Formats: sequence, structure tokens, C-alpha cells
Amino acid sequence: MKLASFIVKRLFLMLLVLFGVSVLVFVISKVIPADPVGAILGGNAPVELVEDLRRRLGLDKPLINQFFDYMSGLLKGDLGTSLKTNRPVVKDIAEFFPATLELAICATLLSVVLGILLGILSAVYRNRFIDHFSRVFSILGVSMPVFWTGLLLLLLFYFRLGWLPGGGRLSLFVTPPTKYTGLLVLDSLLSGNMEAFKDALAHLVLPTIVLGYSATASIARITRASMLDVLRQDFIRTAKAKGIGKRLVIYRHALRNALIPVVTIIGLTFGGLLEGAVLTETIFSWPGLGRYIVNALLVLDYPAIMGGTLFVAVIYSLVNLVVDIVYAALDPRMRI
Amino acid sequence: MRGSLLNVENLRVVFYTYRGVIKALNGVRLWLNEEERLAVVGETGCGKSVTALSIMRLIEPPGEITTGKVEFLGQDLLSLSEEEMEKVRGKSISMIFQEPVAALNPVFKVGFQIAEAIAHSQNISIKDAYQLVPEALTMVGLDWKRTMNLYAHELSGGMAQRVMIAMALAVKPKLLIADEPTSALDVTIQAQILELLDDLVKVSKNAVIFITHDLAVASEFCDRVAVMYAGNVVEVAKSDEIFAHPLHPYTVGLIDSIPLVGQRKELKGIPGVVPDLVDPPSGCRFHPRCQRAFGRCKVELPDLIEVSENHFVACHLYAAGDRNGSVAES
Repeated sequence: MKLASFIVKRLFLMLLVLFGVSVLVFVISKVIPADPVGAILGGNAPVELVEDLRRRLGLDKPLINQFFDYMSGLLKGDLGTSLKTNRPVVKDIAEFFPATLELAICATLLSVVLGILLGILSAVYRNRFIDHFSRVFSILGVSMPVFWTGLLLLLLFYFRLGWLPGGGRLSLFVTPPTKYTGLLVLDSLLSGNMEAFKDALAHLVLPTIVLGYSATASIARITRASMLDVLRQDFIRTAKAKGIGKRLVIYRHALRNALIPVVTIIGLTFGGLLEGAVLTETIFSWPGLGRYIVNALLVLDYPAIMGGTLFVAVIYSLVNLVVDIVYAALDPRMRI
Repeated sequence: MRGSLLNVENLRVVFYTYRGVIKALNGVRLWLNEEERLAVVGETGCGKSVTALSIMRLIEPPGEITTGKVEFLGQDLLSLSEEEMEKVRGKSISMIFQEPVAALNPVFKVGFQIAEAIAHSQNISIKDAYQLVPEALTMVGLDWKRTMNLYAHELSGGMAQRVMIAMALAVKPKLLIADEPTSALDVTIQAQILELLDDLVKVSKNAVIFITHDLAVASEFCDRVAVMYAGNVVEVAKSDEIFAHPLHPYTVGLIDSIPLVGQRKELKGIPGVVPDLVDPPSGCRFHPRCQRAFGRCKVELPDLIEVSENHFVACHLYAAGDRNGSVAES
């Protein structure tokens, strides 16, 4: 089938990209004029200690050997050991990523549903009330910074009204659910821990709204523009001339064509959210990947930075692969 | 004069633009009998397509039908609700368009799009309608097994127009509106499509409104020709009659500007340009370009009157029952 061979081709391309990224990450880590050994031991460490650590990190070997060590480690799924936490980077990421993933999924779901709906209504009822409303809503969404909306929401719903928790993923007094996926909402459902489920959900509400709002805004804007463009096309006139109702014309004939550019935005948004939304994670004390990578940057934790970068690259490539597949599924002209 | 199938009367359509209101149709009158083929001829922007879309009630904002009647089988289509109109479109009246590839939805297979049309016209499910797709595609001379699973971008212009014809005729309409169906195609393909359409309509016996800017094609394919200029029907006559005795100065100019293969005569165009319909000329809209215009033409819009049997013209040169144009001399 055409679609299958398309996917295989894309997978192969993705491997090439990932290889390129890993080489790049290695080179950059060697070119940057900062010394990991110095970062760990401090400037005044005795020479023997420095030499010993260099040997243990493999930094005394020729560059080419270091590269092969690094690559063979990658192939075994070994991203090295974090200098700060002293744990394998893979384990660290496995710890922090589910929090980010959970938030990203919720924010993306919210923005896709709301954004596409608003975009369609806006285009179909162009220049009417709903259109004006959605355009103002979108402009606000793309122009208000997340740290500001985040703080405002916290102020209102946590501090003033006390309806929602202020930060973190789970309240201290709630027993965490058994870990299956790391997604607390899912895990608490799987383990039948309804108290944790409700609590985890409540903690998700505000960060989801903050992240979802700006994404909703951009998705709504693209959907509107794309829908207006499609509604002008000849084949829409054909569909109407066939006598099928307005609803079917919009949802069957126009929407699928209009969604093609929207899928790109959704993919970019989701990819961006998966790499961690540092500001939002900071405001809501969310233990996600964004904060992990930023903290690693601050203390020059090389293996963590390299591992995190590679991981984000893999995530991005995967999301793009999915976007391409969805493209091809939506639009037969892409299956070439 | 009234037709047994369709009567369009005093149809006025405007488009609201930033530049002003475009008076696209200025009281169009057309009539059509069952099984009859009428050509609507005129330059780009004369209102041919707007007339067709008005009959289908597919004029979208910023366009609006301001007044008029579109009587189809005794029912005024302009007074129907949108739901009732959906039962006319794609059942009693179907339509084919100028750019066949663009007229097909790029994301659905050809088979689905035809099945959808059939399903709507017969009130059956799309799944059931699929059974009838092979017949429709075979009718237009396509290999149905292959074509059903193709997408619009995999079709040539000629194939795409065949698909459109299959879709339009599979619903067995009373009236087929063909809006310049061959203008975007190569000349050789044009001839094939016309021939195909001719053969099919001979069998299906539906009426046709054939919109074209090509007077030769029009007279070849149709029983009657209506010439439009700047939003008005200016002359209506049998196809051979209009070539033999064109009356309206615009029609005369159109016929003179047809190049003939093998004849080295100098082509005569009509001087001047199509008027701006935001601010159309007063009276007869053709008068600024008309070499025979006189005082009355600037003031009064001429009615479409029958000057000889079945020959109608809207021109002050002619009085009812007089096709010698003696009015001008008097």
C-alpha cells in the first residue's frame, strides 16, 4: 500500500536525522569552552582527583574513542550518568518526562478541540458575533505571556477562591497511585485510587488552561484562515450543487481539507509542550522535563544536557513523523 | 414567451464590494422547455455564470439576489427554504463547471464523490449508491474499476470533466447546467467532451443550459441561443437563426469577431471594453460601444421583445414584429 511505503520512507529519514543530531550534540559538548571536571570538583581540587575523574569519565582518551564510546552507549540506551543527581540520565528522564507528557496531552487535547471548533465557527459565521469573539479571544491568547496568565489564575482560583490546588502534581496528604505509566491520572485510574485521581486531575486544571489557552488561540486562528480559504474553492461549490446540506459541506468536504495546515500547528505545539514548558512548570512547581533540563544547564551537568537534548530531538522527530502520517492520511496528494 | 420547464424573470443580482455595488444581473429573462438545450453566450463578466448560480441559488455573500423569479416546474425556487432547495439541487437540477479538476474534492476518491451525489438524489445510503457508480462511469467512457479509486489530482482535465458529467447525469436531472464545461480543456478534448455530452443528453433527454463564450460551440450544441451583455439578455433566437439573422448590434459584432479556419479575412472586434458594472451605462448598457446608438438608447433600457417568430431582441432599433430595424430611421 502507498501509505505503508510512505511511512517506511519517513522512518528511515528519521533515523538519519537522529544520527545527525547525536553527532551534533557530541561535537557541541566538546567545543564548548567549559570543563565538566571543573564543574564537578570546583577550581581548587587536587591534581590526582582531577586526573582520576577524567579517567573515570573517559575524557583522557582520544576524541574518536570518546565518540565511539558515546555512540555505543546511545545504541544501548545509555545516556550517561548525571553529574548532579549521580543517577543514569535515562532514569532521570523517565522520572520527569511523564509529568510533562501528562500536561502536554491535556493542554493539546483542550486546544485541539476548542481551537478547531472556534476556528470553524469563526469561518462559517464570518464577521458575526462568534467570529469577533473568537478573534479577540485568540489575540489575547497569543499575546498574553504564560507566566502572567498563570500567576493571575493562581491568584484567583488558588489564593482568593481556594477552588484549586496551587502547585505540584499531587497533594501531600494523598497516597500516590502505583506507578504504571507515570501519568498520575492514568495510574490512579488503573489502580482504582479515586482520591488520587480527583486530586491529580485538580492539579492539572490550571496548568492545562494556561498552556492550552495560547495553543487554542493559534489553532483557532489557523483553522479560521484555512477554512475561509477552503470554503472559496470550486469543489465546495460542487458539493453544494450536489444538494448535500450545509453541515455535510462543512464537516465532510471543507474540514478535511482545511485541517491540513492545522495539523502542522498541532504537531509543533505538542512537540513544543513535550520538551517541557519551563515557565509554566516553574510557576506551578510541576516536576517536568523543562525544569530538569534548565537545572542541568545551570550547573553544567553535561550528560544530562546531552541526554535531554537528544531525547527532545527524538520526541520532535516522532511528533513530526506522526504529523507527516496524518498529512498523508488526510491528503492523498502528499503520499508521493 | 414562457417555457414549460424553467422561467427566469426580471432576475437582479448585486455584489457588495468595497468599490461599490456591482449590478451583475439587471433583470435577466430566460425560458426553457423540457428537453430543450439553451446556450447562454457572452463575454467574461456578462453575467452568464451568475445567472446559472442564481438558478441553483448558489449566490453567496457578498452577492445577493435582490428581485426576480426563478420558476422551475411551476415552483418559484427563490421562495423555497434552504432545506427545500437542497432537494432541488442535485436531484432536479445538476451542474458541471469550468475547471473540472478543481471542481472535485482533492481528498476523496472519485467513486465516493459520485456515490455521494447518487445517494443524495435517490435518498439511499452512500454504501448502496456505490453499486451505481460503475454504470455512471461506464456511461462517460471511463474504465470504472480504475477510475473509482483515483483522486482528482490523478486525473487529466478531460477525465475529470467526464467524471463531473457522470456525477451530474447519474442523478437523472430534469435540467443540466453546464458552465463553460470545455473552456479549460484542450481543443481536441473539447470536441470529445461536447460529443459525449451530446450523445448522453440525446438519451437522457434532460434540458440543458449551456454557458459558453463560444458562439460557434453554442449554435452547434444547442437548439436556442441567448446572448447576454453586461447583465442583460439582449437577444434570443434559434441557433441557425441567430447566425443567419443576428439583430442586436452586439450579436452582430460577436459573430463578426469569430475567426474562421482557412479564411484570411480581417477580424473585427467590438470597439470599447465591457462596462464597469459598479457604475453601468444608463439606458441600454451597450450604447457606449454601439455604432448605431441614438438618443433613446442612453435613457431607456430596451425590453426583450419578439420581433419575428421565436426571435427576441432587446434593442430600440427594433419594434415588435419588425426585424428590419426601421425604428432608427424614423
